[in-house]
Amino acid sequence: MAESAAAPHPAPHSGGAEVTKRDFLKLVAGAGAAVGVGAIVWPMIDSMNPAADVLALSSTTVDLSPIVAGQAITVVWRGKPVFVRHRTPTEIEEARAADKLRLPDPATDASRVKPGHDQWLIVVGICTHLGCVPLGNRSTEVRGEYGGWFCPCHGSEYDTSGRVRRGPAPANLPVPPYAFEGDTKIKIG
Amino acid sequence: MAGLHKSEFENPVIRWVDSRLPIFTMMQKEYGVFPTPRNFNYLWNFGALAMVNLVIMIATGIFLAMNYTPHATMAFDSVERIMRDVNFGWLLRYVHANGGSMFFIVVYIHLARGLYYGSYKMPRELLWILGVVILLLMMATAFMGYVLPWGQMSYWGATVITNLFSAFPLVGDYIVTWLWGGFSVDNATLNRFFSLHYLLPFVLVGVVFLHIAALHITGSNNPLGIEVKGPQDTLPFHPYYTIKDSVGICVYLIVFALLVFFAPNYLGHADNYIPANPLVTPAHIVPEWYFLPFYAILRSVPDKLGGVLLMFGSIGVLALVPWLDTSPVRSARYRPVYRILFWVLVLACAVLLVCGGKPPEGIWVVLSRVATAYYFLHFLVILPVLGKFERPLPLPESISRAVLADGGGGGPLPGGAAAKPMEKA
Ligand code: HEM
Ligand code: FES
Repeated sequence: MAESAAAPHPAPHSGGAEVTKRDFLKLVAGAGAAVGVGAIVWPMIDSMNPAADVLALSSTTVDLSPIVAGQAITVVWRGKPVFVRHRTPTEIEEARAADKLRLPDPATDASRVKPGHDQWLIVVGICTHLGCVPLGNRSTEVRGEYGGWFCPCHGSEYDTSGRVRRGPAPANLPVPPYAFEGDTKIKIG
Repeated sequence: MAGLHKSEFENPVIRWVDSRLPIFTMMQKEYGVFPTPRNFNYLWNFGALAMVNLVIMIATGIFLAMNYTPHATMAFDSVERIMRDVNFGWLLRYVHANGGSMFFIVVYIHLARGLYYGSYKMPRELLWILGVVILLLMMATAFMGYVLPWGQMSYWGATVITNLFSAFPLVGDYIVTWLWGGFSVDNATLNRFFSLHYLLPFVLVGVVFLHIAALHITGSNNPLGIEVKGPQDTLPFHPYYTIKDSVGICVYLIVFALLVFFAPNYLGHADNYIPANPLVTPAHIVPEWYFLPFYAILRSVPDKLGGVLLMFGSIGVLALVPWLDTSPVRSARYRPVYRILFWVLVLACAVLLVCGGKPPEGIWVVLSRVATAYYFLHFLVILPVLGKFERPLPLPESISRAVLADGGGGGPLPGGAAAKPMEKA
């Protein structure tokens, strides 16, 4: 206060860049208020993120024994469809052959399955374009030109390795984290 | 009396209130004697219609919410119960659902009116920008409302639209998970959408208030696009425009009633009467009709991020129109080239609307690309360049001169200055 008593009207822009104690106090008060508001707003924003119970429901076990070659099933993991497909030797061969082509989202077929379990392809059944569920898990559905899946929403096509081959989808169908628990059982998540 | 407002009202109760809180004086000033250009045509009804529509949405919405259950396992059934068991529930829901469509019809016409008559130009830029904010809020509100009945279209519409945000690099997936409150559209999503669907209309009321406040500073534009020069150019808002607006409201309510009572599901999608199923996507997902042009723009770009940016850009560009249009003349009536190109823009939007509802293949892709290109060309290239080259027609000296000169154009005019055209009649 001493300064303001000495200079009763410290006009903000007078006399060049004099930094007063008041400027400092304003800055500190402003910064303190910003931190305080942030500390109150963050819990609100974060409350919109997945809650503990949603996160807790995050693993699913699947018995593979009833799925014969050429067949696929859909299981639910974290509220999303997951495709579990038992590939035929021809389908595996097709996928391996495409490794050498220029793919929109390059990945080898081997990197998308577990070693020694080449016949099992497990991918999240959500089109990487805008989230529709592609067709093709039932053998009666259209599978597109590459024998994998076909998305009815905007026409993306996936191959027998779940890789995008054509259409607006930017990425391959993601492989969820999973592990084999014995030869005919997997745990997703 | 010190501290009290000097009220001019005679009624003692009104006077008592008005002296302490001059709301009656304010209403009288802003809606009673408010000087309004005398040459409005019926396109100037649509602001009032939008306001009526907002009130209808809030009123029906509040009563729907009393019987609606925002839970993934119960929402669909609660809406069916509203339709079958709740007294007049069918009416509330059909008015609310079709009210959404009417709202967009009204607001799109209101917006096109602004574009045609150059209402966005100095000094009404901020008024215009507030209008664009209103449009965005309306879109968010309508989108979230459509999710509430939790049918197949609700669910998959929500999935596709929220997934748009995943196009943003790095943070995209986090944003989407945050929007969902989970790993897919689910109960958490439905709950928050209900909360926001209830909230945003009241935010809209606030922004509409600012929109009107800004309007009452600059005054209204008019079909000639020239400024009011004095009292001879204006009429008091009441009774002249309260009556004109009432006529418009009657016509609007007739159209609204035709929709509600004779074709309540015409603008909807049958798929939304199937409960949401996260494992099956309907063969054709399309948004509500009022989003189709934007959906067409999204799909016309083969790149995901590009499509999303262009779609948001198509609304963003509207906010820049006051600076993109370099012509000093407001009304298209005096801009021979702009007048034609305005209709080309309308045509482009109509083409986009049709294409948005068709499968994204063959001719529809080509058409939506051409129309998207024109849309952006119109705003980003034509508007800035045209203002420099176009030769505007001579502007009338004043509103009253123009109106009295052609007698018929503005309709017969009451008040002192109208004596001459009355003689002609
Ligand atoms: C800007 C104003 C509003 C717009 C544009 C709007 C739009 C919509 C739309 C398009 C629907 C889906 C209708 C259907 O297909 O069934 C809907 C549903 C709903 N809205 Fe609104 N709404 C608005 C205001 C409100 C308000 C203020 C409330 C509550 C106070 C509300 C409560 C509801 C409820 C409970 C539903 C679900 C029942 C149903 O589906 O009919 N709305 N809204
Ligand atoms: S969501 Fe699959 S192609 Fe768009």
